[in-house]
Amino acid sequence: METKKEAKHEAPAKQEVKTQAPAAKDAAAPVKTGPSEKPRIGVFICHCGTNIAGSMDIEAVGEYSKTIPNVAYVDNYKYMCSMPGQAVINKAIKDNKLTGVVVAACSPRLHEPTFRTATKEGGLNPFRFEMANIREQNSWVHMHDQEGATDKAKDAIRIAVAKASLLQDLFPKAVPVEHAAMVVGAGVAGMQAALDLANAGIKTYLIESQPTIGGRMSQLDKTFPTLDCSQCILTPKMVDVGRAANIELMTYSEVDAVEGYIGNFDVTIRKKARGVLTPAEAEARGIVGGGCNGCGDCEPVCPVIKPNEFEVGMKPRRAIYISHPQVVPLIYTIDFDSCIKCGLCVTACGPEKKAVDLEAKDEFVKVKVGTAILATGYDMFPVEKKTEWGYKKFENVISSLEFERLICASGPTSGHLVRPSDGETPKRVAFVLCAGSRDNTGNGKPYCSRFCCMYSLKHAHQIYEKIPGVQAYLFYMDIRSFGKMYEEFYYRIQDEGAKFIRGRVANILEDPKTKNLHVHTDDTLLNRPVDMEVDLVVLAAAVQPKEDTNRTRKLFGVSCSMDGWLLEAHPKLNPCGTTTAGVFLAGVCQGPKDIPDTVASAEGAASAASIPIHKGEVELEPYFATCIEERCAGCGMCISLCPYSALALVEKEGRTVMEVTEAKCKGCGTCGGFCPGGAIWMNHFATPQIVAQIDAFLLGGEQ
Amino acid sequence: MSAPPESPAPKREPGEWKPKILGVLCNWCSYAGADLAGGGRIQYPPDVRVVRVMCTGRIDALFVLKAFADGADGVLVSGCHFGDCHYLEGNFKGAKRMFMVKRLMKSIGLDDRRFRMTFVSASEGAKWGAVITDVVKTINELGPSPIKEFSK
Repeated sequence: METKKEAKHEAPAKQEVKTQAPAAKDAAAPVKTGPSEKPRIGVFICHCGTNIAGSMDIEAVGEYSKTIPNVAYVDNYKYMCSMPGQAVINKAIKDNKLTGVVVAACSPRLHEPTFRTATKEGGLNPFRFEMANIREQNSWVHMHDQEGATDKAKDAIRIAVAKASLLQDLFPKAVPVEHAAMVVGAGVAGMQAALDLANAGIKTYLIESQPTIGGRMSQLDKTFPTLDCSQCILTPKMVDVGRAANIELMTYSEVDAVEGYIGNFDVTIRKKARGVLTPAEAEARGIVGGGCNGCGDCEPVCPVIKPNEFEVGMKPRRAIYISHPQVVPLIYTIDFDSCIKCGLCVTACGPEKKAVDLEAKDEFVKVKVGTAILATGYDMFPVEKKTEWGYKKFENVISSLEFERLICASGPTSGHLVRPSDGETPKRVAFVLCAGSRDNTGNGKPYCSRFCCMYSLKHAHQIYEKIPGVQAYLFYMDIRSFGKMYEEFYYRIQDEGAKFIRGRVANILEDPKTKNLHVHTDDTLLNRPVDMEVDLVVLAAAVQPKEDTNRTRKLFGVSCSMDGWLLEAHPKLNPCGTTTAGVFLAGVCQGPKDIPDTVASAEGAASAASIPIHKGEVELEPYFATCIEERCAGCGMCISLCPYSALALVEKEGRTVMEVTEAKCKGCGTCGGFCPGGAIWMNHFATPQIVAQIDAFLLGGEQ
Repeated sequence: MSAPPESPAPKREPGEWKPKILGVLCNWCSYAGADLAGGGRIQYPPDVRVVRVMCTGRIDALFVLKAFADGADGVLVSGCHFGDCHYLEGNFKGAKRMFMVKRLMKSIGLDDRRFRMTFVSASEGAKWGAVITDVVKTINELGPSPIKEFSK
């Protein structure tokens, strides 16, 4: 099934690679022997204020640089990246007829694009630029070793000059971008991102692993600090997503494989066997007017009873089910892990609709997208791991998500908060904050989960609203009410009568007769131990990345930080981007966020993901491999090394040689690192260039 | 930063031997991790000089051997954790070659502790500091490379 055909705007079907400069072919020809003219390299040393100049002797580094072979010009400036700094480079290239530029400053991962532009403006090919990292990997890590840092900077510049002397003109290729995007995960982040993309005129595939969209937010009762009902503000968005012409919603589906690169991702999606046909699927099978209309006739006849995951297992569901009444799409789903295939639902569904298909199998769909957004969200930390609090051991210790369902009018108790042990209304409720967060014992999570303080305040408010005479106790380390109107909300809950006890809960014990709980802690403000008897304990559990985040991120080539959250390209200046071009992050998968921050990040990701699509083409770095045919023996060893199938053996002038498909090559150089004949030339990371760097370090410039 | 922490570099007399260690880092994980160590001002000894490549898969075994032939006292290759390679599996292929280098070093009588491959991700700045400190410590203990003596 090729869903791509429905795309409104079809990108040119031909994967033609446009080379920007028509002269590229000629320029690439002399590369193998290196530039013929004698290299004239300019070295520009940045002080970075005192960031660099404070830890090393810039004067000495500059004087030394003048003695390096091929160096024709040396200068330094307070801030090389500033406009005047770039003007220095510009002028020096023209005045001194430089053939290459070395800037000794921060990391190339930060300012390489800046200085490439400066090099280009000076009239050189931007790839005739090399950076010596003397800040992140020198002055900042040798702050108290002036001599060591100065020596290291001299070596770094010598190494960079050696490479710059051998650099060649390269021309980035531009490839067309498919006019479609993908969003993985349809919680509030994914929905917002998909809606924004769709409204920007981009065909968007929204992939959700659950049968319905809505995510965690749809499980919540109220949202802080405004106290508007979560479902009331979310369901209109869910309906919009279901209706949007530009959004192709794929629920109960997972990303199975990803190939390609920015502009041209080929994504295979596994549509899990749902067992129930949508009206469209039914029509495709020739059942006119058939398919599931959400009437629910099948549900009561199903003999299988299972706990409903949406209600955190506190309400039953059948094997054929919808998890709650507001699901989008309103299509039933068969849980084939528990279905006994008795066929009663088939009969109940009737001969007109014929929606139930007990023999359904997983289907695979291939789509092509230009960019992708990951919005895979979070799971609750399994707080039973903290055994001292007795979760899953004592009936009246519940998690915050269970509290949300119990206090919710559409929940299993119709909004009456009850003790699980006896169904009584609790009069004394303890909220344990940082349940697994900010925990360095190794058993919990070291980070702050960011929204538990605020929802616990909201929980306290909700019980005051619903239960007359109730007393809430909040056991906390710090109350982190950092957002707009959050601190005011905190004061309000204090005024409502909630008691705040500053202390980490040491343990919770159960009175076996009454099933009441004793919360033990140290009140660190009064400096005395506390033994508080309460009727119900709510643990504000930490959050952690969704279970299959790791699998999904690897498909898209996205890294994660040490705690498992997906890694952004830059924590401050590129929080939605990743190191894989064309893949963006939205919502909690990047780190804990409350709803306003999640939506903001989703809108940011959608905007970032739409840029290449609207631009229509992207430039790829020209780091691809080329074959030096006269050296190639046609052994084919490289072919099996390439993870992208970019290499092939071809017949040329009676010889078998390797040929590179440039559009497929991502420039890793794995082939070039192995070629026994040294016949593979990796642009910008060619063997002679790297060897020159090694030689420059070890053989050049005894100081 | 308040009080300057103790510099991890051993104090050396002028003219004393300093190890020459080559570090070859992949752009996406270890180079980014080393940058992160800088951002976090994690202090480590300044004896490693870095050459950046896109992927450890790019590293020809001959690069490492060339460095030793040129008189390097140690070589460090560092890339992504297995399964985290930006290019899917370049680090596996690189690592395979590096094992070969280690075997080769042993067979020619060069202490293979002079060569190390590590896996440092873009989020492991602190680990990068620990890795470098340990590499420099090892090379300091091993002393100057015997190859440099032979070539004299």
